[in-house]
Amino acid sequence: MDNDLRREIIMDNYIDPMNKGLINDDGYLKTRTSSESCIDDLSFMMKIENNIIKDIRFDGEACAISTSATSIMIRSLIGKSVDDAKKILINYKNMIEEKDYDKELLSELVVYDSISKQPNRKNCALLPYKAINSMLGELNNRD
Amino acid sequence: MNRDDFPMLKNNIVFFDNGATTLKPKSVIDSVVDYMSNHTSNIHRGDYDAAIITNKLYDNVRNIVSSFVNCDSREVIYTSGATQSLNMVVFGYMKKHLKAGDEVLLNKAEHASNILPWIVLSKQIGIVIKYVPLDKNYELTLENIKKCVTSKTRVISLAQITNVIGDVRDVYSIGKYCHENNILFNVDGAQSVPHMRVDFKKCNMDFLSFSGHKMCGPTGVGILVGRYELLEEMDPLCYGGGMNSYFEENGDYELKSIPTRFEAGTTPIAEVIGLGEAIKYLMNIGMDNIHNHEMELKKYLLDKVKDIPNVIVYNTSSNSGIFAFNIDGVFAQDASIYLNSFNIYVRAGNHCAKELKDEIKIKNTVRVSMYFYNNFDDVDRLVSALKNSKDIFKVVL
Repeated sequence: MDNDLRREIIMDNYIDPMNKGLINDDGYLKTRTSSESCIDDLSFMMKIENNIIKDIRFDGEACAISTSATSIMIRSLIGKSVDDAKKILINYKNMIEEKDYDKELLSELVVYDSISKQPNRKNCALLPYKAINSMLGELNNRD
Repeated sequence: MNRDDFPMLKNNIVFFDNGATTLKPKSVIDSVVDYMSNHTSNIHRGDYDAAIITNKLYDNVRNIVSSFVNCDSREVIYTSGATQSLNMVVFGYMKKHLKAGDEVLLNKAEHASNILPWIVLSKQIGIVIKYVPLDKNYELTLENIKKCVTSKTRVISLAQITNVIGDVRDVYSIGKYCHENNILFNVDGAQSVPHMRVDFKKCNMDFLSFSGHKMCGPTGVGILVGRYELLEEMDPLCYGGGMNSYFEENGDYELKSIPTRFEAGTTPIAEVIGLGEAIKYLMNIGMDNIHNHEMELKKYLLDKVKDIPNVIVYNTSSNSGIFAFNIDGVFAQDASIYLNSFNIYVRAGNHCAKELKDEIKIKNTVRVSMYFYNNFDDVDRLVSALKNSKDIFKVVL
């Protein structure tokens, strides 16, 4: 991907992220995820109905990579079934960790396909993965 | 000053993360290597030549510390760092001597190591933590402390220099006040002892904690200085070899004298020796020279950044080499990554002062923290990078 386009997508999602701001609603799964290695600290909430992700929201303080990755991931996951969301998440994680992954599944999330060149930012890119994966794990525990 | 003594500075870096840790001069490195290469041995348990050399060097560090901060050498306890020292004070002494309802005065600019142990102690035995409000410059004054003191106030615990705002607290006046009012005075010296002259006795301190690695020494070693009469009443947090005189099957035991009873197990011998060398090195430069040099650099930096419109500074008045700022609209970590691209090493975050956000209304900052080996060229390089930070995201993304 062209570097200017990559930067533009990341900046658009950093400056005006999707669904930033939490709401009062007990029908959501909730989690707070902070990075072990830096200062990113975000709270997430996710609503699932009939096995479909209806909404994901977040709030907190994080860098350009964490914030934009969260925004793009939210856009990618809303409306997906839980199983499809899990596929996107695992492929995203594989991409960040330089393993084989299905590019077609990731849409705009591929803007982070070179993040491994900055090892200290891999955790930033993985923060929304960790949060949403943990909430889906909690869903399994409820079942 | 003394830049040639620091191997890491040969890498063309600007090291402005001295509040987190400091670079090591060749003499400190050599002292650690010498121990490991030529006289590795445990302390107090060997009769062979290498052990005798090690014992002498190791024991003498207490004398070096005592002349450095003006205390008795028997009041010097080797620890793993300021964090352990502060925990020893809270859980070894205070837990035994405070009771439910007793009040401890803290403030929200303190490092986690001087708040979290107290929070845990309050949950354990019911002491009450009161936060002294900071003034308009986020600094702590004796006047505000006095307003919070009641008949139940037993302890005032504070950093002599805070690690984000960098204000230098008037420990002489506060110590005098504590002494006159029968209040225990616990001082976190992690950010002050490396940078200025500190006088344990003159300031009526009851406890003083600091770390070796923030003052050119190795990591893994620190100091707790405690007034001897209080140390006699303090319990060790660790029990084992090296700190007992005897123990028997029937449960009888006796601990060694102070300070050895607080140093269970094999202590960080190489690091203690390295710390002694570091203190000698600093004393040779002179603590007043160090402080004055940092203040000159800070003044120079403040003067330069006031013309950069997108740099927000949080501590213009503090009297130390700590400079906390943000680039307007840029998350602190992104700013720190940007500066790294110019080989300028700073720190982004809340710097473990997690309650300070309640006062300065911002959670994360970029922190520049200076030391004597920084120079005007370092400041110029930082200022130049900040001036060109308009297109920061072209660099960091």
